[in-house]
Amino acid sequence: MVNLKINGIPVCVPEGSTILEAARAAGIRIPTMCYLKDVQCVGACRLCLVEATGARGLVAACVYPVAEGMEVKTNTLKARRSRKTTIELLLSTHRKKCLSCVRSGKCELQKLAQEYNCDEDRFASDNTPQPIDDLSLSIVRDSSKCVRCMRCVAACEKQTISAIGPINRGYAKNVGSPFGESLADTPCVNCGQCVVACPVGALYEKSNTAIIWDKIEDPDVQVAFVTAPSVRATLGEAFGLPAGTNCEGKMVTAIKQLGETSMCFNMDVTADLTIMEEATELMSRLKNGGKLPMFTSCCPAWVKFVESYYPEFTDNLSTCKSPQEMFSAVLKTYYCEKNGIDPKNLFVVSVIPCTAKKFECQRPEEGGYTDMAITTRELSRMISEASLNFADLPDTPFDDPFGTATGAGAIFGATGGVMEAALRTAALKLDGKAAPLKFHEVRGTQGIKEATYLLRGAEISVAVASGLGNARKVMEMIKNGEKNYTFVEIMACPGGCVNGGGQPYVHDEVRNNYDLKALRAQVLYDSDRKNKLRRSDSSPAVNKLYKEYFGAPNSPKAHELLHTHYVKRRLY
Amino acid sequence: MAQILFEDTEEQHEKLMKCIGKHRGERGALMPVLHEAQDIYGYLPYEVQTLIATELGVSLAEVFGVATFYSRFSLTPKGKHQVSVCLGTACYVKGSDKVLDEVEKELGIKCGECKEDRSFSLDSCRCVGACGLAPVMIVDGEVYGRMTAAQVKGILDKHKD
Amino acid sequence: MTREELAKIAAEGADKINVRRLVREQAEKLAPQTGYRKQVLVCGGTGCTSSHSLKVIEQLEASLKELEIDDVLIVKTGCFGLCALGPIMIVYPEGAFYPHMTPEHVKTVAEKHLVPGGEPVKDLLFQETVKEDGTIMPFAEVPFYKHQMRIALRNCGVIAAEDIREAIAAGDYSALAKVLFEMTPDEVIAEVKKAGLRGRGGAGFPTGVKWQSCKDAKGDVKYICCNADEGDPGAFMDRSVLEGDPNTVLEAMTIAGYVVNAHQGFIYVRAEYPIAVDRLNIAIAQARELGLLGKNILGSGFDFDIEIRLGAGAFVCGEETALMESIEGKRGEPRPRPPFSAQSGVYRKPTVLNNVETWASINPILTKGADWFASIGTAKSHGTKVFALGGKINNVGLVEVPMGTTLRTIIYDIGGGIPNGKKFKAAQTGGPSGGCIPAKYLDVGMDFDNLVAIGSMMGSGGLIVMDEDTCMVDIAKFYLEFTADESCGKCIPCRVGTKRLLELLQKICDGKGEPDDLVKVKEIAQHMKTSSLCALGQSAPNPILSTMEHFEDEYWAHIYEKRCPAGVCKALLNYYIQPDKCRGCTLCARNCPAKAISGTVKEPHVIDTTKCIKCGLCMSNCRFGAIIKR
Repeated sequence: MVNLKINGIPVCVPEGSTILEAARAAGIRIPTMCYLKDVQCVGACRLCLVEATGARGLVAACVYPVAEGMEVKTNTLKARRSRKTTIELLLSTHRKKCLSCVRSGKCELQKLAQEYNCDEDRFASDNTPQPIDDLSLSIVRDSSKCVRCMRCVAACEKQTISAIGPINRGYAKNVGSPFGESLADTPCVNCGQCVVACPVGALYEKSNTAIIWDKIEDPDVQVAFVTAPSVRATLGEAFGLPAGTNCEGKMVTAIKQLGETSMCFNMDVTADLTIMEEATELMSRLKNGGKLPMFTSCCPAWVKFVESYYPEFTDNLSTCKSPQEMFSAVLKTYYCEKNGIDPKNLFVVSVIPCTAKKFECQRPEEGGYTDMAITTRELSRMISEASLNFADLPDTPFDDPFGTATGAGAIFGATGGVMEAALRTAALKLDGKAAPLKFHEVRGTQGIKEATYLLRGAEISVAVASGLGNARKVMEMIKNGEKNYTFVEIMACPGGCVNGGGQPYVHDEVRNNYDLKALRAQVLYDSDRKNKLRRSDSSPAVNKLYKEYFGAPNSPKAHELLHTHYVKRRLY
Repeated sequence: MAQILFEDTEEQHEKLMKCIGKHRGERGALMPVLHEAQDIYGYLPYEVQTLIATELGVSLAEVFGVATFYSRFSLTPKGKHQVSVCLGTACYVKGSDKVLDEVEKELGIKCGECKEDRSFSLDSCRCVGACGLAPVMIVDGEVYGRMTAAQVKGILDKHKD
Repeated sequence: MTREELAKIAAEGADKINVRRLVREQAEKLAPQTGYRKQVLVCGGTGCTSSHSLKVIEQLEASLKELEIDDVLIVKTGCFGLCALGPIMIVYPEGAFYPHMTPEHVKTVAEKHLVPGGEPVKDLLFQETVKEDGTIMPFAEVPFYKHQMRIALRNCGVIAAEDIREAIAAGDYSALAKVLFEMTPDEVIAEVKKAGLRGRGGAGFPTGVKWQSCKDAKGDVKYICCNADEGDPGAFMDRSVLEGDPNTVLEAMTIAGYVVNAHQGFIYVRAEYPIAVDRLNIAIAQARELGLLGKNILGSGFDFDIEIRLGAGAFVCGEETALMESIEGKRGEPRPRPPFSAQSGVYRKPTVLNNVETWASINPILTKGADWFASIGTAKSHGTKVFALGGKINNVGLVEVPMGTTLRTIIYDIGGGIPNGKKFKAAQTGGPSGGCIPAKYLDVGMDFDNLVAIGSMMGSGGLIVMDEDTCMVDIAKFYLEFTADESCGKCIPCRVGTKRLLELLQKICDGKGEPDDLVKVKEIAQHMKTSSLCALGQSAPNPILSTMEHFEDEYWAHIYEKRCPAGVCKALLNYYIQPDKCRGCTLCARNCPAKAISGTVKEPHVIDTTKCIKCGLCMSNCRFGAIIKR
């Protein structure tokens, strides 16, 4: 342990800690920009400069190691002046369209500029705005707002995609896709981790909520919002509620108040349906010698990842559509038929924590049942636009035409959730009533989890990974024969959908100090625990759907509407 | 500037593949491979960079990032005749900027560009080490020392086909 | 090869080398023993090659063949230093120095001087070596060489750069042999520390301390690096060493490898130095062949090998952490320090990095002793320093002088003063990271600490002389243009600061500067110094700050009077035809690309300043000096 003083406050931290870590331990805030815990630590932005004994001049707190007896001063005139000039220089490069910026109010640069009382025009210069790349189905990049902090690049690199990277050098240094191509023409899997990492409004989801407002207004059309499990776990953050608040009731109320005829459905229902289809598919593969390991297919970023980087493994992907696509298909067929609605007059909007779902709903293989997919952030903006006071809204239950969902559907939003839900049902089918409900081995936020279960004498070896960097590790182990899994769950975002690319903006300081992934996942596990129904097969909604429409899992009808296929993609 | 189509002979391709083969699996392989590719093709077009990325197992973004960081690597083709004016301090103090102005005027292209017919391309460089001859201009590897703006046309004419 | 075999090669070639080193009488006595009546050394460095020294060699070979002379040895060497006189040829044993050689001259020299009984061709000799009484003095006694002391450059221009046997004969690898068999690593470090050798790459960090720190660092894999990415435009010290004596670098790196227990070295060299790269490759191949690199060097059991990595045109890669990133094949963006490279360098392994000139000083220190080295120079800067003299100076070239030599000695005695009788204005040292030294400091001794004290720095050794025709604001802008172009863009102060500074200077040079701009310039410059990530950003404002300090009146003239005192900034000057001098020859009017000059034949002409594009063509064409800038 090392003893040092920061602003006169004694603090004791492990050897090898940085000044920034020590300051946090002492409860002292040092502003940062390029630093993002678990993603990037390079000492580039120079905002965390502090004075420290034994060092020449100012040092970057995020990378500078502590030493015994060191005295650090974070709040000297020299340090503040340096930060202020750095911010003012940065502002001279920034397209300051703050009032109309999607990030306004939640922008890290804006916050710093205010804190340091900066003059935005001190070093004003002519900056030719660069073209905005909005050709991707999921993500928009506005280079003119980019602050070159490289957090997005580090996040993309961590995903082992590197669709974007640093370009040029000096003042011309930029972030972008090679050869000025659009993100749409790169191996980008649309996961949106770059958006989550961006401190400013340079990266955001491709949004066209105006169409939804038009549909809401259209007397002939009914708008059905279908919310994914983890949206309720994070939506409150957009309105200042603490991370880890379950806002299911408020969310439903808000959505139903967006328009008089708006409906709000629970995507957990088709999560349960996915389990039924997927578990059946897995058993059939086991029985009939199908391709193993079988990979989950709920995550569209992961699916594109396999199609692009491991095309020889596309047959290992479960043919099941994702819960989003299953729900839309069920709504546009069974629901419309049953209620005598012309599918053209039902506008299905899925609300997801994900930017890749925007890509997924436009995949031709999916049948075009989802009319639009919007992120948690877009929903929050619609709620704001409707002048709703979210925090004070009462609770309303989902519109559940098919019945309620189970706890197994809820945990779909966290890494390991799909696996656990599947194991619950599979265990029941194989081992009868004695089957357990909890599969602790696959829970938790670590990147790769493995377990082996004995179900009716058969060994089922499973792996769960979140974050595509981890997914690649698992794939390499499978590819070189190191591992022989039966079933593999992958979610592209670290921690799963709760940490998805469409989730509310969170200030870097919150991200650096709290384990958001775990806090948000806890909401889902809590609602699972409270639910009387814990297995997808016990879902009344699912049973009704099979009884009234699909017959049985993997039936021809189910195959027609609930299953999909994949393509092999070239990287470049 | 007009788009110039990428042309690749079998010989060039083979040479590049051989070079990649030599460096595959080696740490720090990217720079030597890019150097050689630049020498083979005169520039580093999309087709060459994607091939290098795929063969070395790195992302195109990484290759492109390195290619655009170093000024020696070029994304645009070079002309049949390459003109370079030294803007190192010794040459600048002796007026090489005026020489460069004159070359730009004479060739009708800016520094860093290539004529549409690919006859000439123009670059500036930072010190070729011939400071005793400052200011210098280099055409196709031939160093011309103690340049004046007035000499530019004559020298360029000498290299025209 | 064993140590004894090495000594044998050295002994065999010693006489040949000594003929080039001894005073004339002794050399002439020694020459017959070497088997060569005469030795002709032709510079094959970049400077002389650019002025076609290779054609000189071709002609020399042809002439000798034609004259059936077979006892004259032709040696292609590295740089002699006096690049302004290239191509240079020296004939031993008499030490006759022929500048500006052409194939025609070569023929004459061969026929009149190289033939048996021939005499030096006085008309073609370097005139400073021809005394008034017609006798010839050794070139080493002319002012350019007399004030120099060659340690790092000791073999440059003396030996055949592509022949390791000549290098060995001249003393290369003798230090390695001594170290491997007679010294412990600690003894070597003690010696280097005692010599007080400081890094010649710019910062002047004590080399021995660096080695010690890497030796003490934990790790089984360590690396030795040579920084030959001499990016300072106008500096060519390192290139000359590599071109003239590449083996001294290989030897010293191997010694450092032995000291810190590293087995792999990298030389990071600019791709813009093709001759240096070639010679390095040749030297490495020859050293491997002789067993001076590779496994079990000289039978000592120590293994060491060296790889060359080419830079690709990024000045920032001269910064040590950026250089290491580049060796790893990445963008050359510097890493924050600590950790320092002695603990975490190439591939995050402990690494010793020194520049070429530092490596070149190791052999003399270990063979002649630390005390000898420490006795040269000033109290805190020992030994010598190589400078690349350039700009407005007569003897453009490479000089090596003891630390502490005054700028006046370098410029006026060695450099031969400023051409065309112009007045000295400033000398720039340290390249884009250094500052401009005004006339009042001409008598300050040049060493690491003095230079910093007067607002500049040693840098790698570029020394550019500026005369009264140089605008100091323009020069500051020139350097900023360079650093803005070469900034890696990683940290905000440097990425944005260089650009904003450049814009402000451009504004001032364009005559649009306001008083507040100087405040902003100072603010950004200071900010970059305190807050940039690496030395490039921290030192990039130096050219501005030093010119603002010493030549503030020029900035004021640009801002308040909209006037460029040196007549450089185009926007602030007009061309004017002096009517009394104009003869009305019409040459200017005919050549004016903007058709801005009018007048009738034999009458004074006039320039229409609204049409004039200030290209200066009229002035350079006027035969009567009638056109001036004002």
